[in-house]
Amino acid sequence: MTTVAELERRVEAGEDGLGDILEVSMGPHHPSTHGVFRMDVRLEGEKVVRLKPVFGYLHRNHEKIAEHGAYLSAIPYTDRLDYLCSMTNNWGYVLAVEKLAGIPVPERAEYIRVIVAELTRFQNHAGLVGFLLQDMGASGTPLMYAFREREKILDLFESLSGARMMCNYLRFGGLRVDCTAAWLEEVRRLVAGLPKFVDEFEALLRTNEILMARTQGTGVLPRELAVSAGVTGPMLRASGVNYDIRKVDHYGIYDRFEFRVPLGDHGDVYDRYMMRILEMRESLKILEQALRGIPEGPIMDPKTRLRGLRPKAGEAYGRIEAPKGELGFFLISDGSANPYRYRVRPPSMINLTILEDMCLGHNVADVVVILGSVDIVLGEVDR
Amino acid sequence: MSALPTAEDLKAQIEAGVPGTAVTVVPNGSPSAQHSLLLDHGHARAVALFLRDHAEFRLDFCSLVTGVDWLDTELTEKLKVKKMVAGPDGAETEQEVEEVRKTKVPGYLEAVYHLFSMEKKHGPIILRLRTANRTDQTHVPSLTPVWRSCEFQEREAFDLYGIVFDGHPDLRRILMWDGFEDHPMRKDYVPPADDILAAPRPEAHA
Amino acid sequence: MADDLKDLKLELSKNGIFTTTLEELYNWGRKNSVWPLTFGLACCAIEMIATTMARYDLARFGAEVFRPSPRQADLIIVSGTVTKKMAPQVVRLYNQMPEPKYVIAMGACAISGGPFRDGYNVLKGIDRYIPVDVHIPGCPPRPEALIHAFMTLQKKIEEQALRGESRPRHLNANEPSEFPVPAFGAHGLEPAQNDEVFLNEPGNPLRILQ
Repeated sequence: MTTVAELERRVEAGEDGLGDILEVSMGPHHPSTHGVFRMDVRLEGEKVVRLKPVFGYLHRNHEKIAEHGAYLSAIPYTDRLDYLCSMTNNWGYVLAVEKLAGIPVPERAEYIRVIVAELTRFQNHAGLVGFLLQDMGASGTPLMYAFREREKILDLFESLSGARMMCNYLRFGGLRVDCTAAWLEEVRRLVAGLPKFVDEFEALLRTNEILMARTQGTGVLPRELAVSAGVTGPMLRASGVNYDIRKVDHYGIYDRFEFRVPLGDHGDVYDRYMMRILEMRESLKILEQALRGIPEGPIMDPKTRLRGLRPKAGEAYGRIEAPKGELGFFLISDGSANPYRYRVRPPSMINLTILEDMCLGHNVADVVVILGSVDIVLGEVDR
Repeated sequence: MSALPTAEDLKAQIEAGVPGTAVTVVPNGSPSAQHSLLLDHGHARAVALFLRDHAEFRLDFCSLVTGVDWLDTELTEKLKVKKMVAGPDGAETEQEVEEVRKTKVPGYLEAVYHLFSMEKKHGPIILRLRTANRTDQTHVPSLTPVWRSCEFQEREAFDLYGIVFDGHPDLRRILMWDGFEDHPMRKDYVPPADDILAAPRPEAHA
Repeated sequence: MADDLKDLKLELSKNGIFTTTLEELYNWGRKNSVWPLTFGLACCAIEMIATTMARYDLARFGAEVFRPSPRQADLIIVSGTVTKKMAPQVVRLYNQMPEPKYVIAMGACAISGGPFRDGYNVLKGIDRYIPVDVHIPGCPPRPEALIHAFMTLQKKIEEQALRGESRPRHLNANEPSEFPVPAFGAHGLEPAQNDEVFLNEPGNPLRILQ
């Protein structure tokens, strides 16, 4: 395979016999780019020789808006980062503020946080498998199955927080409002039925010839490159690196629950797809344990200051294992009511660093499948 | 999580391991106690390699690169100085007078790196690189050759703050379009006039 | 339609004779087969996808297939924040759609910039460059709200008279169907808005200020 530099030299020199060099701009309006994302791809025939991701089409300067508002007013904006997983976005931010200002969280609030976070993880992974199959051409059917369960989970979120998607539910020091016993019963009923859904979903797809042919061996990501490129989440674990922030940082009360961290062997698209299926099952295990152990009690310390919080001057970095990877928030406080610096660590954007490396040498049709397995949401990539 | 050394210990180990470097500890006032180390430009990359390849630290994962803008500030000091003061009879005597002295402290741009170890499962270790000023000396060395994860994030700090990372393989704008001329996340950025239709932003309420 | 014509229609239909006007037939065909473009920008796009899924099922209303190519689409649902970087592409896509074409501005961001109004990269509403037919507020609007917007559009199409002053754009050779695409400037888009579209929009409160 020629190197990119050699190819560019030959193009500049106007040499013949190069094969068809084609520059294609995939996006920003494209059925399979998961939003307004563009890739400038240079093809030699059908093989990719260069791929540069271009984004910023959804850059809504979330960080500047948060720096102009109070700490509390940033929470609804975090909903709109990774807009499929608003509960976990909220958690990442309130964890950083709790670290910055030293705010404790009551036990019942921690349990409810785990419940909503694992439900979020479940519907995100189901949706991702649906979208991945959609990109491969299974027009809509796996996505319909995934969205059927997602709607049930969104119903629960709506009755708890008032909104289907933009929940704005977590607060530093606890939660906005407590859940009822009836709501917990509904969650138990739903969680009891979900393993059957995962079995059905997996059985429909596991031995599908097209899925296996298109994903096995495609887009391999070696371990060392994954670590150096800061890849996190299921994509990292598919390459065999055991790094799950729930186990590393012991945040919240995850230490009380027994769950495994699935790891992949090959680091290809098929492994990343299997990661999501296995993590869905682990999430259900955590949910069952949390629903059994949730205590009564308050969900917020009454002395916690929400409006007009003025943390001491200093900084803190708080991170969680979001469904897409490591979601972190870096806050610098100068003692006033607004954060001096508010920075989001976007897992989707950092996971895109090695998109080119994974796609080189593959056909252009594989680019869509590889991008689908990275699991990006443009609200988070661009903020 | 294995215990990492304190910031002072780490400073000593780095200065021993990378001769010639000068590391300053920047303390952190918040309960998170995440102190950071300010590096000098000349040895930053050597320190980064030292931390990455060190057998005990193995900081192989650079999680976050943040650009920060610190504006020019004015330091007001009240000092007691001895000055010749004319008395009512015209004779000058030496007296102690209180004087207000204002010194301009130049602002700077800063790049903050949060490092963790995937192998040892510890962290964060925080590094800082500062520019000389906000106007014409905005270069810092790039750490992308050490950790690939810095690639896009340093481009973003360049795009939004104007910090130029020397040694970055592909330094160009990442979120705004190529012809855009401002660095919008700076604290003194003023958006174009035709953008503003409504009342000014409300201040944060007490 | 005039009342006496309606009575005649009713009488005839009781005798098993179906009558209609050309206008009614034409508009009935158009309103029941509006094919949207697969165009999702941000969070509202997920609610748009949820509207097409099994529970809310937009296909019942005629939006059976979402077309990826603008040449085959009738409707562009601008769902999500339009940034200045994306705005030229939105206008280009709109220009490429053949007449008759409609625009639904879905969500607060597409209407006016929404919660991100305070943004150096955010376009304060897509109606700065292209004419919008239906605005549906929400952040994001529920799937039922999007269906309501769709039904409002269908009603608008149904009531369009094919002759006279208020005939739709595609039957009026004097009305433009393509709009100038903004260019990237040094500090923002140039021009910042298309005054003919933005200030002439009925119901735009800024018209009063001019």
